[in-house]
Amino acid sequence: MSRLRATFVAPSAMVMILLFFVPLLIVFVYSLLTRGPYGGVMKPWTIESYIRVFDPLYGEILWRSVWIALLSTGLCLLLGFPLALYIARSSTHKTLLLNLVVLPFWTSFLIRTYAWMFLLRDTGLINSGLEAMHVIRQPLPLLFNTGAVILGLVYGYVPFMVLPLYATLEKLDPVLLDAAEDLGASPWVAVLRVVVPLAKPGMIAGSLLVFIPCLGAYLTPDLMGGGKTVMVGNLVQNQFTTGRDWPFGAAVSLLLMILVVIVIQALGRRGEDLI
Amino acid sequence: MGEWFQAREPHCASIVFQKVDTVLELRALTKHYLTHPAVNGISISVARGEFFALVGPSGCGKTTTLRLIGGFEEPTSGEILLDGRQVAGTPPYQRDVSTVFQNYALFPHLTVAENIAFGLERRNHIAKSEIRAKVQQSLSLVQLSGKETRKPHQISGGERQRVALARSLILEPKVLLLDEPLSALDPKLRKQMRSELKSLQRRVGIAFLFVTHDQEEALSLSDRMAVMNQGSLEQVGTPRELYRQPSSRFVAEFLGGVNWVNGAGVRPEAVRISRERPGNHVHWIGGVVEACTFLGNCLHVETRLANDTRCTAEVAQNGFEFVPGDTVYIWWNTADELRIGNGA
Repeated sequence: MSRLRATFVAPSAMVMILLFFVPLLIVFVYSLLTRGPYGGVMKPWTIESYIRVFDPLYGEILWRSVWIALLSTGLCLLLGFPLALYIARSSTHKTLLLNLVVLPFWTSFLIRTYAWMFLLRDTGLINSGLEAMHVIRQPLPLLFNTGAVILGLVYGYVPFMVLPLYATLEKLDPVLLDAAEDLGASPWVAVLRVVVPLAKPGMIAGSLLVFIPCLGAYLTPDLMGGGKTVMVGNLVQNQFTTGRDWPFGAAVSLLLMILVVIVIQALGRRGEDLI
Repeated sequence: MGEWFQAREPHCASIVFQKVDTVLELRALTKHYLTHPAVNGISISVARGEFFALVGPSGCGKTTTLRLIGGFEEPTSGEILLDGRQVAGTPPYQRDVSTVFQNYALFPHLTVAENIAFGLERRNHIAKSEIRAKVQQSLSLVQLSGKETRKPHQISGGERQRVALARSLILEPKVLLLDEPLSALDPKLRKQMRSELKSLQRRVGIAFLFVTHDQEEALSLSDRMAVMNQGSLEQVGTPRELYRQPSSRFVAEFLGGVNWVNGAGVRPEAVRISRERPGNHVHWIGGVVEACTFLGNCLHVETRLANDTRCTAEVAQNGFEFVPGDTVYIWWNTADELRIGNGA
């Protein structure tokens, strides 16, 4: 029996060891070395990279990443919750609506981000349309700013919020809403007092699924932010490319990972307390 | 209101007249789903403090009727008068009725005490201390003191039902609506909860409108009951009236076993059976025993009569045994024949 189990686990264990733990170890070793003159790493061993992380310049980037990720997660929750509730409670079109939610995944995220850029740029559909209607004279600054980055993140990750929320809301017995209204709760209060607390596991799962990739996002800030809104992901990428400081890039990415693990632990434990 | 009502106390033969104070009145209540009528022109009035049962087979519209009164469905036509005031159209949270749902619908994330306090907390201007006191009072009313910090999944089915009752009764509704409240319990507990429910209703004095498909439950619990069939009302009356003077074959058969012999309806317990030919003073019919079923407290003897109709007799356990093939004689008092009102 245990041999059978080992047989089943072995392939994924091999993948995890070869493609996750070994690279992670390499990153860890790199983070403790000195930068080479043309990229790469060399001796001596040092923890200088970790000390540099606490430079206020990088602290600012880290803080920006955290609040952009938090705000994007909050917006995803605000948008995703009513949508998930609507889908869960709709009687006829559940499958169709769920398919519509995941429909964007049929196209590459990169292409969809470019599509947004075509919509938002100065000569894009929105600005030229508004100009043609004489609503504006100058194009609105829709692209290459923090707002555009948040828009791109919310757009990209809202399905990851909707799906786990839908899964919990779908299991919720609609009679509980009847009971709440029967006891004097208006529909709004019923949702607030009954649906929201019972949907907490889904809200936590969805928030983690959105927050984590948002925190490490690099494509969206790079393209939609035009390089002006630098997030941790961009910082890491820069160190390995133009910055040619691999040890520092490795240290920052490990720190990002530690941050994510802390968030998962904190939220995950709260999720267990429920019910 | 203002009508006179004949109340029959089961234990005294005298007929008491009293002015009836109607708390809930349904007038020609109708609910159509697309084309088929779920509830078809029902008129019922429930008196203050009355235990009223609504019975019928599944799909007869009794639960829909309850949901209409609770405000979860809007009637296609007809009126719902609560204390003389039309409530059709007002949402559930503004109606002075409360429902005990079939599976109790307790909030799983709240404790017993929080579940019970839920309704009071929705009302304005009630002090926290008052809520706490009332919750304690409700807990002791349904004998759940000491369980206030438990979650619904940590208590038994019977306790869950009592939480649901307390949660509704704490609001002192004009009518308490109960949707098959005993069906989720196991049979032994069901009988115990039946008497608890009845005594609770007597103590709080609130009118109970009780929906069930179990005729025995309705007969034993209610002051008056209504039998529904395919969305329409068949008959309204006291359990005794309905059992003894059903207005239709449907009511007669729904409330208990009936033998139809030569056009007359007789309950199995009224049928007399003997292996000896009775004297000429009774009008007997001959038959052959087909089967004999032991039910613990009685025997059911199924016979085939000379004219090929079947007749079941319920016989007390008095040592008599009937074997299939036995020739038997069957008779009954004409007073025990069911008087079908509408000439079935």
